[in-house]
Amino acid sequence: MKQQIAERPVITGANVPGRGAPGRMLRRRAARVWTEMKKNRHAYVLMAPYFIIFCTFTVIPVLLSFILSFSNFNLLEPPKWIGWQNYARLFVQDDIFLIALKNTLLFAAITGPISYIACFMFAWLINELPPKLRALLTLVLYAPSISGNTYLIWTLLFAGDSYGFANSFLMKWGFIMEPIQWLQDSRYVLMILILVQLWLSLGTSFLAFIAGLQNVDRTMYEAGSIDGIRNRWQELWFITLPAMRPQLMFGAVIQIASAFSVAEISIYLIGFPSVDYAAHTIVTHLVDYGTIRFEMGYASAIATVLFTIMLTVNLVTQKLLGKVGE
Amino acid sequence: MKMVLKIPKRLNRSLGVDLLLFVLLGGVACFMALPLVFTISNAFKPIDEIFTFPPKLFVRNPTFKNFTDLVGIFSDSWVPFSRYVFNTFFIAIVGTAGHVILASAAAYPLAKLRFPGKKLMFNIVVLSLMFTVYVTQVPNYMMISYLGLINTYWAILLPAFGMTLGLYLMKQFMEQIPDALLEAGKIDGASEYRIYWQIVMPIVRPAWLTLIIFSLQNLWTNGSVTSHKYIYSEQLKTVDYVFGQIQNGGLVRTGPVAAVTLLMMIVPITVFIVTQSSIIQTMSTSGLKE
Repeated sequence: MKQQIAERPVITGANVPGRGAPGRMLRRRAARVWTEMKKNRHAYVLMAPYFIIFCTFTVIPVLLSFILSFSNFNLLEPPKWIGWQNYARLFVQDDIFLIALKNTLLFAAITGPISYIACFMFAWLINELPPKLRALLTLVLYAPSISGNTYLIWTLLFAGDSYGFANSFLMKWGFIMEPIQWLQDSRYVLMILILVQLWLSLGTSFLAFIAGLQNVDRTMYEAGSIDGIRNRWQELWFITLPAMRPQLMFGAVIQIASAFSVAEISIYLIGFPSVDYAAHTIVTHLVDYGTIRFEMGYASAIATVLFTIMLTVNLVTQKLLGKVGE
Repeated sequence: MKMVLKIPKRLNRSLGVDLLLFVLLGGVACFMALPLVFTISNAFKPIDEIFTFPPKLFVRNPTFKNFTDLVGIFSDSWVPFSRYVFNTFFIAIVGTAGHVILASAAAYPLAKLRFPGKKLMFNIVVLSLMFTVYVTQVPNYMMISYLGLINTYWAILLPAFGMTLGLYLMKQFMEQIPDALLEAGKIDGASEYRIYWQIVMPIVRPAWLTLIIFSLQNLWTNGSVTSHKYIYSEQLKTVDYVFGQIQNGGLVRTGPVAAVTLLMMIVPITVFIVTQSSIIQTMSTSGLKE
């Protein structure tokens, strides 16, 4: 009691006369935060180099891109404010953007869920194998995603002449009489892109799932068995998946990001621009306006649309994954 | 007397489904491996074997001619091939080392210290995992050009230092370091910097290796899209740029292209083989908590 009384004048002493209560509170809070910050300055010193770079190349660009999307900017003249015109042009006038949007959504709707489920399925299957075999299969399944440009080998597998693997196989078995121009025919290119993307997709999340599965508490399975779990599917749904929820969330973030950002494989495999824009995606559209036509304002609008789509899909997915095993 | 023959049966498994699933797994493993096997075998095929009908998966008369041809092709270029190789290694090594050091320095306070703004900073990092570099490529180009970094190694190195995934994984991994260990350091009078460098860094070795593989994955062939924009001097270009050039040489170059592809994929795969168990260890803490 005594202490409290003794402290009071110290606190009120910090008041500046003539200020309202909220102002005083704010000032006091700011002062407290400031002392905390000074006390922990080594934390900021350690973080500074990374975060300066991170802000320069990630945070500021996102904000800048958002602002520029409302302007007309070609790098040479100063940006001109034009309001929503870029967005109006995107969705009303730019037919090619609509094709790109359709392709991207279709592509993501197929490769996103399939690759995500495949990452988990194979991690789950591998998990039951002896360690040596598990390490080998992890390598085989993961290798495509780290071997850089190796995906270009698909141009040989799907070569348009009869030397291509796909063509020669189909011709030998009599499915087709003449070689198909796989990479030049707008009916096939998106399909091939999807196939190659799936081939590349057992990446970071696959490793995260393998690791997550190894960490599920063994005794939970025994307990579950006593509680009446009869088969592997029930075990998966009621024990494994809930125990891995954090990994599942992380994996979803990674798979969604890669499903929406396909561009390189489209450009290098199918070509740019692709036949009838059949393999044109939001990102290739962005590359077109951002690095070839230098319509930076318009490109920023494309980037902002992409950003919004990715963030929305991510947040919805996170909500859905929260329900797993309930 | 009844012998109890008890095979240690795994819980909740049936042989039929086991078989079915593993046939599926085998099939997919073949699908994944086929292009890689094809790449390896193509690199050793003489030209007449590359163009046979029907094409063969495996090489009959292996030859090193594709590799020796490569030497011939490169002796024509006015920038010596060794310079491209140097650039590739330089960017991969410096970029990776810088990323590991900076990201772990930033991850330590985020994981283990308490200070104002910590939560906000981490949330921004998580948010930025949700979109890709393409979103920021237009402003990035402007940033790099305003900083005067166009046509320098820095145009590729600096953004690579700031990769988000590495910081995220490192921070999650550091969280499991027992606080007692850090307290002990503090009692001995070590500064936070020393604790970071001498106590934390040695413990998180598995996480470094993980950051190395992801950074390498990013930098090893990253030349393809980004460096074309940022780098125009022939002397600063990397192997995968030349790779594209050889490929433009058309059908005759199919053999040498296969040889370069093989050489380029050996490095990341070898690194992964060596570091696999550390990576799995790191990824077990990668989960995203609600």
